Order: sequence, then C-alpha cells, then structure tokens
Amino acid sequence: MTLIATLAPLQGVVFALVALGAPVVVLTRDPLRQALANGIYGVSLVCLFVVLEAPDPALSMLVVSGIAYPLVILAAVARVRGERRRTKETRDD
Amino acid sequence: MTRRLRLALLVPSLLGLGALFAWSITGLPRFGDYRGPYGYVLNQIVVPLRHSTNVVMGTTFDVRGVDTMGEEFILYAAVLGVTLLLRDEAGGGRVERRTRRLRSDAVRLVGVVLIGGGLLVGLWLVAFGYITPGGGFPGGVVLAGAILVLYLIGSHRDYRPFRNEHVLDPLEGIGAGGYVVTGLAALVSGMPFLTNLFGYGQTGTLASAGSIGILNGAAGIAVTVALLLLFAEFLQTYVVPLEPEDAAS
Repeated sequence: MTLIATLAPLQGVVFALVALGAPVVVLTRDPLRQALANGIYGVSLVCLFVVLEAPDPALSMLVVSGIAYPLVILAAVARVRGERRRTKETRDD
Repeated sequence: MTRRLRLALLVPSLLGLGALFAWSITGLPRFGDYRGPYGYVLNQIVVPLRHSTNVVMGTTFDVRGVDTMGEEFILYAAVLGVTLLLRDEAGGGRVERRTRRLRSDAVRLVGVVLIGGGLLVGLWLVAFGYITPGGGFPGGVVLAGAILVLYLIGSHRDYRPFRNEHVLDPLEGIGAGGYVVTGLAALVSGMPFLTNLFGYGQTGTLASAGSIGILNGAAGIAVTVALLLLFAEFLQTYVVPLEPEDAAS
C-alpha cells in the first residue's frame, strides 16, 4: 500500500502525459509525422503501465506501438504515395 | 447542411453526451479498486500449482490456454488475410522500384548494435516468459523487428533468407500447430485438452511450469514468423529490390 502511495504523484504525471499525447496524435495531419507522434504516445502509455505496476502489458504496448504498428502505417503511406505518383505519371503521358 | 444547422445539432448533442459522461464517471469505482475474485485467486494458485513465477503467463498459457490458442490463430488469420490481399497486388504492375543505399557508416553501426541487442532481448523475453515479464508475444515481435533492421541497414540480398516463404511457411506451421499439438498430446494421454502434463519442475528456473514453456516457445515462433511473413509481403508490394549498383556490389 505504501508503494502505491509513493507512486501516486508519478502516476498523476504520467496520466497527464498520456492525456496530452493523445490529442497531439489526433491533431497531427501528415500520416508520416502521425506515425512518429503515435510512437512517442505509445512510449507514454508504456510509462503509464510501468507506474501502474503492469510490466506485461507495458512490454506488449512497447512492441506494438514501437515496431508492429508504425510498420503497417509506413507501408500504407508508401503505398498511397506510390499510387499518387503513378497516377501523376500516367496523366503526364 | 449549413454551418448553423450543424452547430445547432452539435451543441445539444455535445451537452447530452457530456451530461451522460459526467454521470457515468461519478458511478465508477475508485481508482485502483478491484472487485473480481479471479485476480486474487490466480495470484494465490498459479505459483504453487504451476511453478510459473509470472502469473500472467501462467494464466494465459495454462488457466485459460484455449483462449490464448484462439488469440494465436487470430494473428495467423490476420497474416493470412494480408498475404492473400497483397499477393494479388504484387502480381499486377510493378510500382516504384527504387531504393537508396545506406551511405552512413554510423547509422549502419547503430543498426548492427540494434540487431544484436534486439535478438538478445527478444530471445530473453521468449525464453524467460514464464519466469519474468515477457513471453512469446512481445518476444516474437522484438525478434522480428531486430531481423527487419537487417533489411534497413543492409540490402535486399542480405534480407532475402528472411523473406523466403519456403522457409517461413513451415516455421509458421510449427509455431501455430505446436500449440495445438501440445494440447492434443494431453487429449491423447486421456486428459482434457491442453492439460499441463509435463511436470512442473523447480519454481523460478527455466525447467519449470511444464507445458507453459512449450506453449510459450510455440507462440514465440508463431509470432516471429507471422511478422516476418507480413514484412515480406509488405516489402514485396511497397518497396523494391535492388538497384543495378546494388546488384553489382
């Protein structure tokens, strides 16, 4: 119980970070930057899980927000840009 | 719809939603309050009964092992779906075939360290999953991510073995199927599906927790290979192999 009491201010700070991070991700318009912002937001969630004493979800969050999810976004971004360039080229022809 | 009409619709809806939200917030249990009995029960029984010091793993791979099997096959089905969707794309029209060679030695050095460190951390997460926090799922993603760094700092040729379907597909089968076979082994011995039948070993060592370790390893292989298959499909579709100068070097 004492451990939880000492962690309370830290938890408050991290909760505030998470609350600030979420709108940043939403308000970022460029998908590439959004992927980066989302990664940083993911790290803040990892910190939240750590200060709430849940190491397993923290690890899962870390790998999902750090490795798996950005890759999917980046692949989608690459695809959209490639498509746009291709339509432009065909229009030029 | 005019702007005024939209505002007229938005403001009452927001007020209503806000009121409902505030009402529901006041009814929430206190922060940190836990009511269900299951967490307490699991904390009491998993370590003495299963000798797995990571209660989370003991729960996912033993107490509710069948659910975890379903989760593993969700990933399997997702990768299968992506593969089927993208396979069609890859055949039609070669898009964008351009890559740049990595010129910075410093970035390459960081990458090499990342590969080594990532592989080590991934193996550790998988191997000690049922003793310390970790397990097959996060460990598998870290392993696959470390291997992908090889693609980022090297060339397509260096990465080729890790996108070879003839290697990856059987491994994925071993990972996903290993879980089911472990469950069936219990069934064959006349016990319920997925009964932990390999002896619990000594608590806190790698030789503990019985079939939890095997299931954890199978999940590790399945997740690693599933992600590698996913990367392989993505790379084939979006990014592009070898520039002429790369091919020559």
